[in-house]
Amino acid sequence: MFLWKLSDADMLVKIGLRAALMGVVLAAWSALAVPRAACAGEVSVAVATNFRSVLEGLRPDFERQTGHRLILSAGSTGKLYAQIGLGAPFDVFLSADQDHARKLVDRGLAIPGSRFTYAVGLLTLWTPQSVGWLDENSLSDPALIRLALANPDLAPYGRAATDLIHALGLGQSLSGKLVLGENVGQAFAFVQSRNAQLGFVALSQVLSLPAEKRGARWDPPVGLYRPIRQDAVLLQAGRDNPAASAFMAFLESEPIQGRLPALGYAP
Amino acid sequence: MMVPEVSALLLTLRLALVTTGVLLILGTPLAWWLATTRSRLRPVFETLVALPLVLPPTVIGFYLLIALNPTTPLGGFWLTLTGETLTFSFTGLVIGSVLYSLPFMVQPLQAAFETSARIPMQLAASLGAAPLDAFFTVAVPASIRGFVTGVVLSFAHTLGEFGVVLMVGGNIPERTRVVSIAIYEQVETLNYQQAHGLSGLLLALSFCVLLFVYVFNRRFPVHVG
Repeated sequence: MFLWKLSDADMLVKIGLRAALMGVVLAAWSALAVPRAACAGEVSVAVATNFRSVLEGLRPDFERQTGHRLILSAGSTGKLYAQIGLGAPFDVFLSADQDHARKLVDRGLAIPGSRFTYAVGLLTLWTPQSVGWLDENSLSDPALIRLALANPDLAPYGRAATDLIHALGLGQSLSGKLVLGENVGQAFAFVQSRNAQLGFVALSQVLSLPAEKRGARWDPPVGLYRPIRQDAVLLQAGRDNPAASAFMAFLESEPIQGRLPALGYAP
Repeated sequence: MMVPEVSALLLTLRLALVTTGVLLILGTPLAWWLATTRSRLRPVFETLVALPLVLPPTVIGFYLLIALNPTTPLGGFWLTLTGETLTFSFTGLVIGSVLYSLPFMVQPLQAAFETSARIPMQLAASLGAAPLDAFFTVAVPASIRGFVTGVVLSFAHTLGEFGVVLMVGGNIPERTRVVSIAIYEQVETLNYQQAHGLSGLLLALSFCVLLFVYVFNRRFPVHVG
């Protein structure tokens, strides 16, 4: 790559002309593309990974009922929070906890009074293999080499998992076996791809799989970890967006809330 | 217990050094073969070597997750041999980095062999030198710039690796938590102070490494003939 040098002035001119032409084409294309998108009602939602598949499932209902288009960006709560703080253009934030949503209101980045708890998450210990059943003793099994969880500094499901590990008194024995996903989705992928034998994931993720692929799981008692109360807030960017308010109302509505227990959230 | 930032930095340097060493051993014969072969398959192999330049690291990371997990022959063999999984281990990161930095070693070497070593090697052979002897006494000194460029670029490129490690590393302190991952985590948790420290250090280090290549290539022109 060091052998290739632009020595020829002609070449530079040619490249310049070509780039200019390309610029014109791109500008024309984007001028045509943008107004069309802006006509339809759109709501851009930053969603914590655990709720992503649920929201994908609710998308057809929302789009049919309201006529608005739903755009999802999934990530860890910590990452999305940082991005919103730096001006990411999201209308709604679906946190996996209450703290981050509350902090956005405190910082003036979310609309005061818009915050509500849209779901209470449940943690589960999971393997895609059909091994009969799992229980808390599975965590002390010598055959366990890698246990996946979400990074507790970034993701509430990771924090809940470390709560549980400490409540069970397994902090010491498991410390060398933990692998951290950047969010609960990556933790899930580590287990599903068999790179980790077990993982602490969201119950909603497991239930989003077809029944024959759900493997085995242990749902730990909810008292052993801090409840994963997940809050939604309307962000400043969505203040005057009718699609954003429609989405908030849709999510809070009785029929949608009534569907959540079957999808892996506490009633 | 070491300061996490220091251990991440040391781990990164160790990963870059080991990767460069492995690449030097694997890349040299590969580059020589590519520079000298008349095989019709040569463009295919050149393409394979260049693939990591264009593939997103997520593709490499994804295939590694599939290929190295304990249910595969390689992953299973490693598990019985060492008791640990290949993914989430330092060895796994070395495998990923070797793939990821392969073109940065092979391409400069191949170019150097083609421009400055092939003809002197033919001369040495016609004078009766044994091939391996001729390679080390004629081809290597004549291609020294290719070696320096390949070594330094592989090292620097591995320092900057992020996507592959994010996908197969598992963020384990002192084993897979390299500097780029540590920076990512600091930024995500809004610890800009620590992120600044590590980022500045990596920037300075990368600048020095690349400056060395450019100065070296200017100072020591190799005369071909």
